[in-house]
Amino acid sequence: MPATKQSGSETRSDAIRFVLDGEVQTLRGVDPNTTVLNYLRETLRRTGTKEGCAEGDCGACTVVLGELDGDRVRFRAINSCIQFVPTLDGKELYTVESLRAPDGALHPVQRAMVECHGSQCGFCTPGFVMSLFALYKSEPVPTRSRINDVLAGNLCRCTGYRPIIDAAEKMYHSDSESEGGWTHRPYEASSEASSGESESVERLRGIQRHGTLAITGPDLQGGQRVYYAPKSLSDLAELVNQHPEARILAGGTDIGLWVTKHHMDLDAIIYLGDVEELQVLEANETHIEVGAAVTVTAAHHLIAEYYPDMGEMYRRFASPPIRNAATIGGNVANGSPIGDSMPGLIALGSSLILRKGADTRELPLDEFYLAYQQTALEPGEFVERVRIPVEPTDRIFKMYKISKRFDQDISAVCGAFGFRLNDGKMKDVRICYGGMAAIPKRAAECEKTLEDSSWSEVTVARGMEALDRDYEPIDDMRASAGYRSLVTRNLLRKLFLETSGRAGRTRVLRQDPETG
Amino acid sequence: MTETTSDPTTHGVLRGGSVGTPVPHESAHLHVSGEARYTDDIPEPVGTLHAAIGMSERAHARIKSIDLGPVWNTPGVVDVMTVDDLPGANDIGGPVGDDPIFADGLVQYVGQSIFAVAATSVELARRAARKAVIEYEELEPILDIDTALEKKSFVIPTEKMSRGDAPKAIDAAAHRLQGRFRFGGQDQFYLEGHIAFALPKEDGDMLVYSSSQHPGEVQFVVAHALGKTAKDVVVECRRMGGGFGGKETQPALFASIAALLASRTGRAVKIRPDRDTDMVMTGKRHGYRVDYDVGFDEQGQINGVEFEFASNCGMSADLSGPVNDRTMFHADNAYYLDNVSIISHRCKTHTVSNTAFRGFGGPQGMMAIEWVMDEIARYLKVDPLDVRTTNFYGIGERDVTPYHMKVEDNVLMDIVPELEKTSRYRKRRREIAGYNESSEWLKRGIALTPVKFGISFTATHYNQAGALLHIYSDGTLQLNHGGTEMGQGLFTKVAQVVAEELQIDISRIRCTPSDTARVPNASATAASSGSDLNGMAAQAAARTIKGRLTEFAAQHYEVPADEVVFANDAVRAGDQQVPFAELTHLAYMARVSLSSTGFYKTPKIHYDRATFSGRPFYYFAYGAAVSEVEIDVLTGEYRVLRVDILHDVGKSLNPAIDLGQIEGGFIQGMGWLTTEELWWNAKGELQTHAPSTYKIPVVSDMPEVFNVNLLRSGRNNEPTIHRSKAVGEPPLMLAISVLHALKDAVAGIGGHQLSPHLGAPATPEAVLMAIGDLNQRLESEKEPAGVA
Ligand SMILES: Cc1cc2nc3c(=O)[nH]c(=O)nc-3n(C[C@H](O)[C@H](O)[C@H](O)COP(=O)(O)OP(=O)(O)OC[C@H]3O[C@@H](n4cnc5c(N)ncnc54)[C@H](O)[C@@H]3O)c2cc1C
Ligand code: FES
Ligand code: FES
Repeated sequence: MPATKQSGSETRSDAIRFVLDGEVQTLRGVDPNTTVLNYLRETLRRTGTKEGCAEGDCGACTVVLGELDGDRVRFRAINSCIQFVPTLDGKELYTVESLRAPDGALHPVQRAMVECHGSQCGFCTPGFVMSLFALYKSEPVPTRSRINDVLAGNLCRCTGYRPIIDAAEKMYHSDSESEGGWTHRPYEASSEASSGESESVERLRGIQRHGTLAITGPDLQGGQRVYYAPKSLSDLAELVNQHPEARILAGGTDIGLWVTKHHMDLDAIIYLGDVEELQVLEANETHIEVGAAVTVTAAHHLIAEYYPDMGEMYRRFASPPIRNAATIGGNVANGSPIGDSMPGLIALGSSLILRKGADTRELPLDEFYLAYQQTALEPGEFVERVRIPVEPTDRIFKMYKISKRFDQDISAVCGAFGFRLNDGKMKDVRICYGGMAAIPKRAAECEKTLEDSSWSEVTVARGMEALDRDYEPIDDMRASAGYRSLVTRNLLRKLFLETSGRAGRTRVLRQDPETG
Repeated sequence: MTETTSDPTTHGVLRGGSVGTPVPHESAHLHVSGEARYTDDIPEPVGTLHAAIGMSERAHARIKSIDLGPVWNTPGVVDVMTVDDLPGANDIGGPVGDDPIFADGLVQYVGQSIFAVAATSVELARRAARKAVIEYEELEPILDIDTALEKKSFVIPTEKMSRGDAPKAIDAAAHRLQGRFRFGGQDQFYLEGHIAFALPKEDGDMLVYSSSQHPGEVQFVVAHALGKTAKDVVVECRRMGGGFGGKETQPALFASIAALLASRTGRAVKIRPDRDTDMVMTGKRHGYRVDYDVGFDEQGQINGVEFEFASNCGMSADLSGPVNDRTMFHADNAYYLDNVSIISHRCKTHTVSNTAFRGFGGPQGMMAIEWVMDEIARYLKVDPLDVRTTNFYGIGERDVTPYHMKVEDNVLMDIVPELEKTSRYRKRRREIAGYNESSEWLKRGIALTPVKFGISFTATHYNQAGALLHIYSDGTLQLNHGGTEMGQGLFTKVAQVVAEELQIDISRIRCTPSDTARVPNASATAASSGSDLNGMAAQAAARTIKGRLTEFAAQHYEVPADEVVFANDAVRAGDQQVPFAELTHLAYMARVSLSSTGFYKTPKIHYDRATFSGRPFYYFAYGAAVSEVEIDVLTGEYRVLRVDILHDVGKSLNPAIDLGQIEGGFIQGMGWLTTEELWWNAKGELQTHAPSTYKIPVVSDMPEVFNVNLLRSGRNNEPTIHRSKAVGEPPLMLAISVLHALKDAVAGIGGHQLSPHLGAPATPEAVLMAIGDLNQRLESEKEPAGVA
C-alpha cells in the first residue's frame, strides 16, 4: 500500500464527474451541501423527481445510480433528497426523465404502471418508477414479498398499492416494439455486459479516479466549503487527522437530514464511501468483518446467513434506497439510542476497529457509548471496521424490532439476546435493548439474574422484574414509557417461548426464507 | 351478483374511451415519465422569490414583541411582512372570520403564522424565518377535548338532533349499555405538500398557481387580502399531488401570503412549506370523544340510543361546522334508529384548526354506531354481524333517518349477504375461534362492517357546477369545468362523459387546468361530488354544441335532424357519413358557435339546519367489507391477513378508476385506524410531523389477500351522470372493519366474550394495552361474585 504522506494529493481531482443521459457531466464550484434533488430540480430544472419529505422517508425523490461492478453496471435506488451532489462522482445517474427510449416510447416499467393504473395523483409515481427500474435491472421476476421489500421506501397515499404491485409483475412481460436499448431490457444474470451496457461501462471507467477528490464550493453566506473523497485508507486517515473538525460522511442517511431538516452547515466533509479498503466484507471462522463503507444492503445477506434474526431486522431497517446508501459503520458511529444495529451487535459481543492515523485499536461495542450521543471516538479517530463474532453453534441468538409500522419505521424498542444452554443452565447471557435508555444499553441486572439459572418460567418472571430495574424508558411519539417497559418484559417471554421448544407460531410476520 | 374487476388492465391502453370503460388516467403517461407538471414544476420567471412563514412557538400566548432584525439581516432576504403590513382582510376565509393570515397579537397554536419572509432562495427564506426573536406572554392552553369540555371552550355552539324519545326508550329496553371511547385525527399526507406561486400582472392583477381543491375560494381570499376584488385575481390549478380534503380551505393561507409578497415586491413569489411545516401548520381530520347510552332487546335491536360527540376542532371554526354536522348525519350509518338523540360539541383547543378530510366527519359518526353494534353483540354473546343485520334499514319500513329523510335506495340487502357468502364469513369465524383456542400467543379476529354514505354537500348552494367546452374547427376539444384534479380521475371521467356524448375518441379532448377565469364561482371539489356535478355540467355543454352541430348537419345534408347520428368518431346524416373533424370544420365555415358553457345543480335536495331535517343527500353510496387480522399477544403487533370488499358505485363511469378509489380509500382508512398517530407533547407541539414519525400504510401493509369487487347490479336510482355513484369518500369507511377485526382478535384472548377497550389509532401499543386491560377484566370476572 503506498502509504506515503502526500499520496492522494498528487492525483487529486477537483471536479465532480458523473454520467447523465449518456454524457459525462463535470461540475466545479458546487456547494458540497447541495442535495442531488435540489441540484436536479433547481439547477438542471429536471423536475420529474419530486420532494415529498426531504428526509428519506417517502421515496418521491428516488433516483437510480449505475455503478461499475466488474464488467457490468450495478443499479441501486437511492433517495436524492439526502444525497450530496459530490457523492455522484464516478457514477451514472438515472432520473425518471432518463427512461424513455430515444423514439419517445415509454420504458417497460412506465408502460406497466400506465397499464395497471398505478398512478392516481402521480406525485409518488416517478419514485415508484425508479425503484421498479432498479429492481427490473437487478433481479429476475420477483415474488410478492420481494416486491413488498423493494417498495418499502415508497409511500403512495392514493392507490392502496395493489396496482403498483401488479405493475411490478407486469413490467417483466412487456411486448414493447420500441428501440429502448439495454436499459429497456430486464436483468440478465451474466457476468458479461450486453452491447449497450458495455458503452456505459466504458463511460464509467473513463471517470474513475485514483486519487482524492478535493473540491471547494460556496456556502450560503459568501464563504467556502470543502469536501474530500479519498480513495485509500491511509489518505482517509491522514485527512481525518488533519481536519478533526470535518464531518465524516458515509451513506449520509443521518447527515443528510441535518442539512435538509435542521439547516446545518457542513463546512468540511470527508467522504469515506470511495475508500477501497473500507469495502471489506468477509467472514472467517471467528469473525464477520464489515468495513465502514459497506452498505446495509451489501452486508445484509452475509449477516443473515449467520444470524437470521439480524437479517430480518436489516430487512426491516429503513428502506431499500436508504439501505443502499446507509452503512453499518455509520449506524454504529452515529450512536442513536434507537439505532437498530447496536442491540444485536452488542448482544453478539461485537467490537469496533478504530483508526487514528496509522494506529488502530479494538474496542468492544458496549464500551463505545459513553452517554447520549457521545462516543469513545477521539478527535482524528474513526471507525474502520465492525467485527462481529461468529458464535459457536450451541449459542442461541434472537432479536426483535418493535415499531408502529413493520416496514420503514424506527424502533420503539429493539431487543437482542444471546446465550448458551449448558445442562439446562443459561451461560454467557448478553442482552441489549435499544429505545430504552440514552444509549444502546445492556440489561446488566437481567443478565445477572439469568446467568446460571435454568431456563424456565420462573427465570423468565425474575428476568422480567430485573428488566424493570435495568431501564427507565421515556414517553415519546413512538411509544409510551409504559408500553416500552411492558414490551421489554414480554420480549423475554417471547424469547423463552421460541427457545424452549414450547410454542408454535410466535410472530405475526411470516419468516420468508427468501428475504430473511 | 358481483363482477371481478381486479384486472381491468387486460384491455391495455385504450382508445375510444366511452363511459364505462377502464380508460387510464388522462395524465398517466405524464405521471410515469415525470412530465406531469405540479405547481413547483412550473418554470419560474427570472427574479422569482421564495417565501417562508415565521411560526408561533407557543400554543397560546400574547405576542409581546417581535424583533425581525435578524430576519432582515439574513443574506438574500428581500421582504418581510406582518399583520401590520396587510393592505386588506386578515382572514383566510373561514365562516366565522377567526382564521387570520397573520397572528394579530394573539397566537393560538404552535405553528400559527406570524410573519412571512421573501428571499432569493428557498433555503435562505427558511433559515431567515427561524431567526425572529419573539417575546410571548404565555396563556393557559387547552390541548385536549376533555379540558375544552370542562372549560366550555367551543369554536361554534353545540348542536342537537333527535327523533322519538331516546331516554324513555332506553329506560324501557331489556338491556342497556353505556360507555365512552375515543379515536384520533389523521393527517391528509398528500404526497405533494401545500404550495402557491403568485405572479403579479398589470394594473395590480394577480395570477396565482395554487395546489387547491377550491381555486374559487383561493381567488376570493387572495383578492380580499390584497384589498381587491374577484375580477383582479386568477387562480389556476392543473393538478394536485393529492388533496383528500386537506387542500379545501388550507391553500388560501399560502396563496394569500405568496400574493401579498408578490404584490409588495413586484416579483413572482413562490411558497412551498416543507413537510414538517405543512404538517404543523395545516388542519387534519378531527379526533373525537364519544359517549353513548343504548337500550336494546334480546335480538340486539336498538330501542333507543343517545350519542354525545365531542370533536377537537382546534383553534378556529374552519369547516368544523359542516364536518361535525356530517358526523351527526352518519351516526346512523346503515341502521334504523327509532329513538335517537345526537349531541355534537365542537371543541376549541389550542392546536391547529382541523379541517376536511375524506369522509368529512362521516367516518367519525359511523365509528360511533359501529362501536355500539359491537358492544351489543359481545354483551349478548352473538355474532356482531347478526346484530348489524338486525338493525339495518328496512325496505319500505324502518327506512327513515334521524334527520327525517327516507332511505329509498338501500342496496345493503344485496351487498351484505353476497359478501358474507363470497368471503366465507361464517366459516372463517368458526375457523378463527378454533385457531384462537389452540394458539396462545397469536390471536385472530374478523369483522364485517357496512357503509352507507350520503352524497351531496350539506351546504345546498355548493351543489352546483359549471363547465366550458370548446370545439376547434379541426375537431379537437378543450374541456374545462369547475372541478379540480387531485388524482381521483375526475378529468378522465368528465372527458369520458364528453367523448360518450359526442361519440368521439377521447384522444380528441384536452383537459385544461382548473381556472377561475374559465369557470367562475366553482365549488370545492369535495364531498365526493366531483364527477356527479361536473360530469353533468360538461354533458350539458356537450349537448348544447351537439344540438347545434345536429341542426347544422341536418341543414347541410338536407336530412331531418333525427337522422343525424354521432357514432364512431364520425357523424352520419342520412346515408352520408363524415368524420367528426370534417363536420366541425364545415360548421365553423358556416359560422356555427362551437363553444358552450354547461351548468348543473343537484335536484331534490333541501334541508333545514335549524331542525336538522329534510333531504340533505341526493342519494346514498353503499358498500361493505370483511377484514381478518392476526395479533401478537405479547407485543400488540398485527397483520391484516385478508380483506373482501363489495362496493356499489352505481353504473361505473370507469371501473379502473373506481377500483382505485375503493382500494386507496380503504387503505387510507386503515391507516387512520391503525398506525397513523398524531402525538402532541405537553406544550402542544405536534411531534409526528413528517413520515419518519407519522406512519401511513406502506406496500406491505396491504392485506395479503385483497378481493375488491364492484356491485354488478349497481345503478343509481337517481338520474345522475350515466347512473353512476360518487366514490371518492365512501370506501374510506370500509376500513372500520379493520378496527373491529382487531377488537375481535383482542377479544379472542377471552373466547371472544368481553369487549376490548380499543380505540383508534389501534397502534401495536394500543392493542397491547387493550390486551392488558382485557386480561385484568377476565381475572376479576374469575373472582367470586360479589367481590367485584
Ligand atoms: C428514512 C430513514 C430510515 C431510517 N431507518 C432506520 C432504521 O430503521 N434503523 C436504524 O437504526 N436507523 C435508521 N435510519 C438512520 C440511518 O439510516 C442509520 O443510522 C445509518 O446506518 C447511518 O449510516 P450512514 O452511512 O448513512 O451514516 P452517515 O449519515 O454518513 O453518518 C452518520 C454519523 O456517523 C458518523 N460516521 C459515519 N461513518 C463513520 C466512521 N466510519 N467513523 C466515524 N464516524 C462515522 C458521521 O460523521 C455521522 O456523525 C434511518 C434513516 C432514514 C433517513
Ligand atoms: S423526498 Fe421523501 S424520501 Fe426524498
Ligand atoms: S398516486 Fe398519489 S401518492 Fe401515489
